[in-house]
Amino acid sequence: MPKDTGIGASTKRREDVRFLTGRGKYTDDIQLTGQAHAAFVRSQVAHGEILSIDTSDAEKMPGVLAIFTGEDFVDVGGNPAGWLINSRDGEPMKEPKRPVLAHGKVRHVGDAYAAVIAETAEQARDAAEAIAADIKELPAVTNMAQALAGAPFVHDEIATNQCFDWGWIEDNRAATDEAIRNAPHVTTLELVNNRLVPNAMEPRASTGDYDPGTGDYTLYTTSQNPHLTRLLISAFVLGIPENKLRVIAPDVGGGFGSKIYHYGEEALVLAAAKKLGRPVRWTATRSESFLTDAHGRDHVTKIELACEKDGTFIAFRTETMANVGAYLSNFSTATPTFLHGTLMAGNYTVPNVYVNVKAVFTNTAPVDAYRGAGRPEATYSIERVIDKAARELGLDPIAIRRKNFVKPDQFPFTSAAGLEYDIGNYDALMDKLEELADFGGFAERRKASEAAGKLRGLGINSYIEACGIAPSNLVGILGSRVGLYDAATVRVNATGNISVMVGAHSHGQGHETAFPQVVGEMLGIDPASVDIVHGDTSKIPFGMGSYGSRSLAVCGSAVVRATEKVIAKAKKIAAHMLEASEADVEFAEGNFTVAGTDKSVSFGEVALKAYIPHNFPLDSVEPGLEETAFYDPANFTYPAGGYACEVEVDPETGKVTVERFTACDDFGNVINPMIVSGQVHGGIGQGIGQALLENTVYDENGQLTSASYMDYAMPRADDLPFYTVDHSCVTPCTHNPLGVKGCGEAGAIGSPPAVVNAVIDALQSGGHNVTHIDMPVSPSRVWAAMNNA
Amino acid sequence: MATIKMTVNGRERSGEAEGRTLLVDFLRQELNLTGTHVGCDTSQCGACVVHVNGEAVKACTMFAAEAEGAEVVTVEGMANPDGSLSVIQQAFQDHHGLQCGFCTPGMIMSAAALLKDNPKPTEAEVRHYLEGNICRCTGYHNIVKAIMAASGQDVSAVAAE
Ligand code: FES
Ligand code: FES
Repeated sequence: MPKDTGIGASTKRREDVRFLTGRGKYTDDIQLTGQAHAAFVRSQVAHGEILSIDTSDAEKMPGVLAIFTGEDFVDVGGNPAGWLINSRDGEPMKEPKRPVLAHGKVRHVGDAYAAVIAETAEQARDAAEAIAADIKELPAVTNMAQALAGAPFVHDEIATNQCFDWGWIEDNRAATDEAIRNAPHVTTLELVNNRLVPNAMEPRASTGDYDPGTGDYTLYTTSQNPHLTRLLISAFVLGIPENKLRVIAPDVGGGFGSKIYHYGEEALVLAAAKKLGRPVRWTATRSESFLTDAHGRDHVTKIELACEKDGTFIAFRTETMANVGAYLSNFSTATPTFLHGTLMAGNYTVPNVYVNVKAVFTNTAPVDAYRGAGRPEATYSIERVIDKAARELGLDPIAIRRKNFVKPDQFPFTSAAGLEYDIGNYDALMDKLEELADFGGFAERRKASEAAGKLRGLGINSYIEACGIAPSNLVGILGSRVGLYDAATVRVNATGNISVMVGAHSHGQGHETAFPQVVGEMLGIDPASVDIVHGDTSKIPFGMGSYGSRSLAVCGSAVVRATEKVIAKAKKIAAHMLEASEADVEFAEGNFTVAGTDKSVSFGEVALKAYIPHNFPLDSVEPGLEETAFYDPANFTYPAGGYACEVEVDPETGKVTVERFTACDDFGNVINPMIVSGQVHGGIGQGIGQALLENTVYDENGQLTSASYMDYAMPRADDLPFYTVDHSCVTPCTHNPLGVKGCGEAGAIGSPPAVVNAVIDALQSGGHNVTHIDMPVSPSRVWAAMNNA
Repeated sequence: MATIKMTVNGRERSGEAEGRTLLVDFLRQELNLTGTHVGCDTSQCGACVVHVNGEAVKACTMFAAEAEGAEVVTVEGMANPDGSLSVIQQAFQDHHGLQCGFCTPGMIMSAAALLKDNPKPTEAEVRHYLEGNICRCTGYHNIVKAIMAASGQDVSAVAAE
């Protein structure tokens, strides 16, 4: 029986009411008295030397209050990289400064080099257009292979476009090379993981405020992690003391990674607010979002799979070029390395893995983590080359995977790429997939499609990901410059209801509903009496925010720990009230009872006592009932899944339609199945978008030619089918208190290879010897592949 | 600047607008009705859909001055008179048809317009009608399901949760 409350219940989301009635409060909805508006002047060329900036006309325009250029920020810090990667030769990566506003040179189209503050947004935009900059256009480089070959350099001072040349695991390189040399069969595939624009529907926005009376700054901003943003601004960029900067991330309209990072606009509105003594606000247009939000993916990879003739895997070896764009965004160096290379063994017992990644500067927008972040790239490479190998060896694609799966009795299992998978059952997921996707009925469905003049293909994928980011100790050894714990404070109010302050940030994930389900279950009270507070550094403990499917696994664990502390303290108070020894007091279903008696007090009575401590054991217990916990995970969590996609291909046009899509995931224990399914749906939508529709294209001059919804094919409702999703295969995570793994990224990781495998299967069934098509698998690419093969 | 008057959610409202002020900006900034959102600058995303004289309109495609004297309904005017969620709003909550909520006002307004013209749309009709409303969070599954449920159709057979 599905539960109707607490852990495991599909509780309807309480946050929906404000969103459905137009009462959400997003950054751009917040109006402050006396506010002024910022507009940015952005480079129209991909690479250029700023010879002069003439602001004299703009200064005289109506409503203009101040103008800033890169010159104003030369003495402040830069926006730093959060993760140090060392090259194979031990050299640290190249870290050119990323200034608040470009100075000296502009390095990508959209790179801001000046900003105007005016009374109204229109006046600011009008004046921004009146700024006359003399920018000498320089040759630009957008192609990674060309960038690695030499000049022009995106950053002259480092005289190379290679940020790093990373090997994982370098000590395994020789053995992997040797294994491949001696293997009976080697399948090679070259592929592109297409560059994507995250496209959260709410454009980035920031409002800075400064109180000259107290010296306090407030930043309202579209952030997935307000404390991290504060830390970056305080410690690296503007040097505002942390205790003088309050960062508020109110309702945020989607993030998908793009709102993890600190962006220069946030620093600018704070500096401008200080200078003017007025709030200063800015909201990106969608066009600005396309040009300046951190993009995702953009890998070019060669992967080799060596195996026995029977399909037993011997080695994976990959060489990847990863685009980091013109500047290092905060986690851009972690994404293609430790979120990618460490997953290159997949769900398999393969004994040899070696990964080489060269990160490349180009005259394009910065690239960073986008939903899945490194893991979709790993999964896509592995699962595409496995399909190709199966075809070459005449093996069934499911059988070859099953043959190499890590088996349930092998956990904990240390993969050849160095991670210790704590638990999983990949065969069970595949069994479930075969059943739900009705593989048995595929032949009939294919016949029906063929009768209608269409080709039909079935593609599968099995993925693993590392979530619950991340054990601070481990990531510290690997180069992270931050810790990745999270924090929660559980405050029991005198009247027994509860406020829980969390470091995680909800921007669609439903924390306001799911976290109370956990607390309510633990305390035996109605989750409706528990409220979540998030997104404001002045209210919440120092947490690291939401990304990497970490909210529940890391912050949820902190909530559990803090609640346990509350129960422990309440028990002391209850023991006093019951005149019993603490050891004899039991807590169940919201009541403290003296074991073996009917003497009991309710949680609510204890709460009241804590705040009205008359006749209270003050010598052993403090008044009040509020506890904080920080939780640092012992390991990553390892969600896994089996995905199946069925497509129809129209041989006349090359158009691909997704006819059926099935996702079976093991997320460990599930708190709210409805929310989890929704997360998977969204991920699948983005994954099918990547596979079939979305592409970010810079031309050779560095102009972004896919810079609006007219040119960038966002998935629409009629591009997508209903999905079948299942999370009934559960192997609870072994090292966090809830046994949860994280579900936010799975759909985006698992779906692209399933879609492309299905397209290849369809074409092969029609007698076309096509072994690969790069994403997006657009009608023109399919048509060309069919007609060239 | 000129003073523009219109009826919004049943009330007479007025505010100042330049000739170039878009209806969406007028609603958000002059009337402080921030439920109507701006998600793009090419009239593609549908976050700004409102009803003008009974028709669904992208409020970023219309100047405020063009709505002089019109009957405008925004998402703030969609709940039942007693403040409870309307059938469509309730269906979105029941079927988890929203995540971050940013596209939601436009989705609600589009869904209402669709169901007025086509009270029992098929799945394909719903998907086709939503072509001008982009959602990045939900993969549309639960939005389509919610709209069909709001039309009184049984959606229990739609692919499991
Ligand atoms: S804001 Fe009107 S369609 Fe995007
Ligand atoms: S719910 Fe976030 S864009 Fe639709």
